Amino acid sequence: MSQTIAIETRDLCKSFGDVKANDHISLSVPAGTVHGIVGENGAGKSTLLKMLFGFYHPDSGEVLVSGVSQSFTSPSDAMAVGIGMVHQHFMLVEPFTVLENIILGAEGSSKLDDAKGMARAKLLALEEQFGFNLPLDEPVETLSVGVRQRAEILKALYRGAETLILDEPTAVLTPQECVQLFELVSQLRDQGKTVLFVTHKLHEIMAITDNVTVIRAGKTVAERKTAETSSEELAELMVGAKVVRATARDANEATTARLALENVKATGDHGLMLKDINLQVLEGEVLGIAGVAGNGQTELLEIITGLRPVDVGKICFDGETISSPQEMTDPITLRRMGMAHVAEDRLKTGVVESMSARENAILGYQREQEFSRKGLLRLKAIAEKAAGYFESQDVRPRNPDLPIASFSGGNQQKLVIARELAQDPSLMVIGQPTRGVDIGAVTKIHDQITALRNAGKAILVVSADLDELLAISDRIAVMCEGEIVGTLNIEDATETKLGLMMAGNKGEAA
Amino acid sequence: MASQRKLPFWADAILLPGLNLLAAFLVSGLVIWGLGEDPFEALSLMIDGAFGFEEGVGYSLYYATNFVFTGLAVSVAYHAGLFNIGGEGQAMLGGLGLTLAVFLIGDASPVFAVLLAIVGAATFGAAWAFVPAYLQAKRGSHVVITTIMFNFIASALLAYLLVGPLQRPGGQMPESADFPDGASLMHLQDLFEVIGFSYESGPLNLSALIALLCAFAVWFMLWRSRFGYELRVVGQNHDAARFAGISVTRMTVIAMMISGALAGMMGLNELLGEQHRLLGNFTLGYGFVGIAVAFMGRNHPVGIVLAAMLFGALYQGGAELAFEMPNIQRDYIVLIQGLVILFAGAMEHLFRDPVEALFRRVGQRRAA
Repeated sequence: MSQTIAIETRDLCKSFGDVKANDHISLSVPAGTVHGIVGENGAGKSTLLKMLFGFYHPDSGEVLVSGVSQSFTSPSDAMAVGIGMVHQHFMLVEPFTVLENIILGAEGSSKLDDAKGMARAKLLALEEQFGFNLPLDEPVETLSVGVRQRAEILKALYRGAETLILDEPTAVLTPQECVQLFELVSQLRDQGKTVLFVTHKLHEIMAITDNVTVIRAGKTVAERKTAETSSEELAELMVGAKVVRATARDANEATTARLALENVKATGDHGLMLKDINLQVLEGEVLGIAGVAGNGQTELLEIITGLRPVDVGKICFDGETISSPQEMTDPITLRRMGMAHVAEDRLKTGVVESMSARENAILGYQREQEFSRKGLLRLKAIAEKAAGYFESQDVRPRNPDLPIASFSGGNQQKLVIARELAQDPSLMVIGQPTRGVDIGAVTKIHDQITALRNAGKAILVVSADLDELLAISDRIAVMCEGEIVGTLNIEDATETKLGLMMAGNKGEAA
Repeated sequence: MASQRKLPFWADAILLPGLNLLAAFLVSGLVIWGLGEDPFEALSLMIDGAFGFEEGVGYSLYYATNFVFTGLAVSVAYHAGLFNIGGEGQAMLGGLGLTLAVFLIGDASPVFAVLLAIVGAATFGAAWAFVPAYLQAKRGSHVVITTIMFNFIASALLAYLLVGPLQRPGGQMPESADFPDGASLMHLQDLFEVIGFSYESGPLNLSALIALLCAFAVWFMLWRSRFGYELRVVGQNHDAARFAGISVTRMTVIAMMISGALAGMMGLNELLGEQHRLLGNFTLGYGFVGIAVAFMGRNHPVGIVLAAMLFGALYQGGAELAFEMPNIQRDYIVLIQGLVILFAGAMEHLFRDPVEALFRRVGQRRAA
């Protein structure tokens, strides 16, 4: 195997406002290797990738592909020199077949049948070479996430990618699908392709990569041969110092159920999504909900928080029925009863992007006496409250007049959490507490959740991040296809067990 | 972080509309030149016609009053995320409501009739907007489609009434009988005279003040009241609105009705202020121009008042121009107005990218 360098970056810098997202990132990736890039959420991995793939233009520094300096102005420039990227969120047209998706934008003929014919021959050769087995004529919407990802990889190869960038490829996969992905990646390496494997999960780095670059706070802090390092060392490098949980978890003395779902069924936007859910959240506990995205977690959050009616069964909050097929309590009443809701999809539901941080600071509480009286907004009280949130949560930049969209994900979430904590809720329903949140904020948010729990509040957390659930939950319930597959006490929960349950394996629940 | 505000406020509020206007005038100038007239002379005739004499100013502001009402109507709906194209029809129905109120009690008490007419105009306008609003909120029928259709229905309804039950007894025209004496809004020039001050402001009447009052009320509602806050949340994000316990259905209906009421009040100016009778086509497209006014005014009441004054001046100046330059017929004036609408409304983002790029470059150079 030759030791040419497939991709190299020299002192890449990129700033957004005052934030240095990338600060002199230098790395070099030998051709024909799997190279890991590891770092916490918000460390600057995405920014780096976007520069490698031509989405962003670096402020300074250079990117070299096979030794030649490049100045990408768009992703097509990057593709032209053999870089392919598989995004975390797939870029596929769902009603189109796999074949149609692959040739989209590179049809090669204005007649679709000709284009498909030419592509099919080439694709079959590629499939043979790399051991794919894709249903080329199935519409993408009928395929599982793992298969879609393979389609994305094949698409990149079809366009002549020599170097593949995989951005958090395992975030959406079950552990079993991950194994298949790893097999494919090593196949690609054996055939001479270069793979950039970006993740924040260390065991994946250890399992699949040859070399690894660690990024922290926008800087490259280390480059190691995988064989010569350990997860412990990488973890330390990633976080900077050993992370100690600031708030200890007290012994679990929870007894009374604050929230109870009894035999609940509910319909989602596309049919039955929740099938007979029974669930209790006790006071003084964090109940985690694990599961591959799209297995009913969203609907579960919605029926609890008064956003979606139930078809069968009932939901009780502090002994009162808040939702039944006959009646649903509205979100404002629920908030007044002491239920706070941190929405799962922050930008879609939890904030109004174009409004200022100040205006977002009262969303959901706008009818409280504190913020409006006789139909008029109390601007001064709102401003003071917002300023208080900024202070208590250290939201930056300290300017409540900016639209909420111009804050980073972490700062948005800090503001949202401040808003929901302000009314001293007795039950907190949280979806994806740290999605898109930087590492500093993650720790702080986790500590706040633990503090609430220790204060005797009940907390329900839905998260796609198993590590997070393992860190903060007292019990973890696993959802699959609209059912609770099982519930594990934290002492019994391991990633493997949860993984199997997420795939619908009830046997492991016991 | 990518979506940080890219332009300073003044560039967004003044520079871009100014550039759009300039582009519209440039193309208009080419048209006038093509007709064999001197564009600069035409421009000076227009400006003179709009601002050069007392009555000209009066007429400009008189037209502007119409546009304030219809522009505000569009903007209230817009802030709730709705595109109300039905200002025209809602204005017609407003005129009908006003007329009915006046005829109902105009003989008995003209002053009370005027008050009732204001309520009638707003109520009928709101009612005409209610049906499309309800269909949108409950059935998902798009308001753009339904409000356009309701314009036609309104037009047909008015035409029927004005050649039928409401037609002036013995008349041949599609118009109602004259309003009873006193059932009208005072011309401002008469008001000026009362306070010992002479200004020939033509048809400009008390509606202009009502329009300004409405502009203030809309501003206050949108940015100072809880209702306005909730309305804007609905307009930006339905999911967030539901999350915040706001009924999207209810807000959609109410916002459209406010919008319809504002459009309906246009009749105050045209009918109660000047014509003193209901005419079949009194709206003359002012409802549609309100869309351009709202967009040019960035959907802010202050901007709308300014944009309305611009369009008022265009209407008045254009009329004078057609009078002074025989080569330029009335249709070309409509063309010029159309160009302004095209550049300021439909293509308002034409210059945004270049201007943003310019600001970025200047900003970078300053940083370097």
